[in-house]
Amino acid sequence: MTSHAIQMPDAKIETHIWVDTLHEWLTTIDHKRLGLLYIAYSLLFLLIAGVEAVVIRIQLMHSHNNFVSPQVFNRMFTMHGTTMIFFVVMPVLFGFGNYLIPLMIGARDMAFPRLNAFSFWLTALGGFLLYFSFLGGSGLYGAGNAPDIGWWAYAPLTARAFSPGHSSDYWTLALLVSGFGSIATAINIIATVLCTRCPGMELSRMPLLARLYLVMSGMVLIALTPLSAAQIMLLVDRYLGGHFFDAQAGGSAVLWMHFFWIFGHPEVYILIIPAFAFMSEIIPVFSRKPIFGYPIMVAATVAIAFVSMSVWAHHMFTVGMNSMANSFFTITSMVVGVPTGIKIFNWLGTMWGGRLQLKVPMLFAIGFLFQFLIAGLTGIMQATAPLDWQLSLSYFVVAHFHYVIVGGILFAIFAAFYYWFPKMTGRMLSERLGKWHFWLFVIGFHLTFDLMHIPGLLGMPRRIYTYEPGRGWDTLNLIITIGAFLQGIAILVFVANLFISYFKGEKSGNDPWDAWTLEWVVSSPPPVYNFASIPVVASRRPLWDEKHPEDPDSRYE
Amino acid sequence: MVGQAFSSPTNIFTPMSTPAHSIFGLSLFVLAITATIFIVVSALLLYAVFKFRNRADDDDREPPQVYGSTQIEMAWTIIPILIVVVLYLATARVIHALQDAPEPLNALNVIAIGHQYWWEFRYPKLGIITANELHIPVSDPARPRPTFMQLLSADTDHSFWVPELAGKTDLVPNHPNRMWMDPQHTGVFLGQCAQYCGVQHAKMLLRVSVDGSEEFAAWVRDQQRPTFPYAKSAAGRRVFEQAACINCHTVAGTPANGRFGPDLTHLMSRATIASGAAQNTPENLRLWIQNPDSIKPGALMPAMKLSDTDLNAVVSYMETLR
Repeated sequence: MTSHAIQMPDAKIETHIWVDTLHEWLTTIDHKRLGLLYIAYSLLFLLIAGVEAVVIRIQLMHSHNNFVSPQVFNRMFTMHGTTMIFFVVMPVLFGFGNYLIPLMIGARDMAFPRLNAFSFWLTALGGFLLYFSFLGGSGLYGAGNAPDIGWWAYAPLTARAFSPGHSSDYWTLALLVSGFGSIATAINIIATVLCTRCPGMELSRMPLLARLYLVMSGMVLIALTPLSAAQIMLLVDRYLGGHFFDAQAGGSAVLWMHFFWIFGHPEVYILIIPAFAFMSEIIPVFSRKPIFGYPIMVAATVAIAFVSMSVWAHHMFTVGMNSMANSFFTITSMVVGVPTGIKIFNWLGTMWGGRLQLKVPMLFAIGFLFQFLIAGLTGIMQATAPLDWQLSLSYFVVAHFHYVIVGGILFAIFAAFYYWFPKMTGRMLSERLGKWHFWLFVIGFHLTFDLMHIPGLLGMPRRIYTYEPGRGWDTLNLIITIGAFLQGIAILVFVANLFISYFKGEKSGNDPWDAWTLEWVVSSPPPVYNFASIPVVASRRPLWDEKHPEDPDSRYE
Repeated sequence: MVGQAFSSPTNIFTPMSTPAHSIFGLSLFVLAITATIFIVVSALLLYAVFKFRNRADDDDREPPQVYGSTQIEMAWTIIPILIVVVLYLATARVIHALQDAPEPLNALNVIAIGHQYWWEFRYPKLGIITANELHIPVSDPARPRPTFMQLLSADTDHSFWVPELAGKTDLVPNHPNRMWMDPQHTGVFLGQCAQYCGVQHAKMLLRVSVDGSEEFAAWVRDQQRPTFPYAKSAAGRRVFEQAACINCHTVAGTPANGRFGPDLTHLMSRATIASGAAQNTPENLRLWIQNPDSIKPGALMPAMKLSDTDLNAVVSYMETLR
């Protein structure tokens, strides 16, 4: 060793740099780095919640299986649902928003960079609090572990009588804390979109992505606040002797349901609108045409946001509302289908007469369109209140909402990864691995979630850790589990693609897709300041204008 | 169609009672409309992908840039609105017909109370209390006799779901609900709790026995009759009444009057124990009393830790509760 002493200073400097880098990432207020932190964080939780899903599926492989105990199974589905919604999909969407919005509207950062960092760390704290319940949930009672109350945490299952220990407190605090993070991010996005656009970028010239994130952020402000309020009320019930949801003392279990779903249903649209945003950027570029009917796309999004605020009790058709209320929530839920249908038709109109480049992002986008169509139609079935009396709380619902969240939102997120990864890293994701990922995932997805509708029609309720033989559910559940494994393998291919391409991928240059929005002007990855000089735009597709000076968009808008 | 492809005793497409039947009819209508939409739109999508995909011999020119078309967009706004109106009217009719159905005078009244993790059924006009296995009379279409149920909960939320008889309705504490059914065929119909209610939600199973009018009348007579004290069970009865059993269970006509667990007065008239988790056999009863977790882990009945002699005595006492 002594003979190599001269090497020592080098080694020391390297350690120093590593710590420095970590410090830079932990204290960063750069919107791009925070965006990447959100994305990395959500990928971590995607893997964890994916493992939980696999545990659930192994247990349900055949009737009377004993792979895990009922207690563990109930924790698994509670953690899987809570994690996927709050710590996978929400953060990854905020991550892409954070990264892309300033770049797309010609700004140098979000409106409030420090608030932005604060929001991320609140969200991160929320996720870690939730998972700390595995260690701290038992409290002084030695009871409990991770929460096992389901992701809606219906009262009175959350009362101390039924949920001793601290498991449901960790659930409550995790959602409360990350909820504040989300609300702050929503404020930040609204301020950024409204106040930091570059010269010439009128609201009507904004890329649809920025537009849709604006609508989504407005919904976050309206929908997340009741959830936070309800969490505080639940804490008051549990620790300060309140009786909001304590049915034995005159409180109302139904009140919690209203509070939860007045958040919970808009939440679905909060998640799907950014997916719409990705589609509205990706489909035009890979069809080589502008988005079909920009104004009606905006109008349809606002209509969805508006109507989706008045549909929440379609989650409660079975709890005994009167026939007037059931009819009202039937019509509002069906009406949401109209603007959603408009969107699907407009994406089709964008593809029509185009020249489709069937690269991986576009493959995922086509998968999105097909699956989201089916998800919407099974949604119409469940909006039909009498039909929902049969379908609600069964595996049909589980299949439906996984069709929305996996078949729709997750496919859109994958499309976004393949589309923007070159901008974020300067390297292309491998097309070959990407196609493996796509086809494995599509096959696994359809094996699992197409078939999952059927046990629901055959009377299989959700959230049961095992089931009786002889109900016609066994074979279906086995195939569903096989599909889940295929999806798991596809996700591993995807993660491998991310790592391999990050180090060895083909260099992408600034504009690998020949796209039209401002993020493709700057280098890949973009410099800290984004734009050396603030751009000036004259149309919705500034790079089209630059590439086709003989036929600029600004002439038609 | 789906009913034949998958044989299942809990298929929503084999309705045996008016509520399930109306829902079945509506579901076919909704299915027809959604299937049509699916075929049209997915055909358009597939056509677009194949027709407009980039071909190897294409040059680098961009396709014509089209920004939208007000007429076409109007069309695909108005047509869905019309579909929604039709769907809504058909739905509202069924909602009203099922939810606002008047209760006929000859209807059988049952109060169903959800417990963690079993069902209590009370027949207020007949003075019967039983558990887990609901008996109701068949409803002859010529002389209908529907069953109207009031749904209550003693603890958390539950949901009463027997797919072949009716849609589900939740049992929510402090929020009484109502549902009805009029099965037109006799037989045993299966179902289970559909609203997550705690650890053993999965084994909160339901059996509805639809009896012919005479069988039902006989069942009612049997349930109303007090139990007959058999001499050979005196030892078992003593153990039962001196252990903690009577804190939770009732045997009518004895000091046992607990209400936390199922009423055991006519235990032997039931085909299953532990809310359908096991067949009602002496071996299962023994196992259940000795260690409930072996049949239903997380059930609220504690292991009684009885000696073998006491255990045998209690089981033989149970066997006399006919």
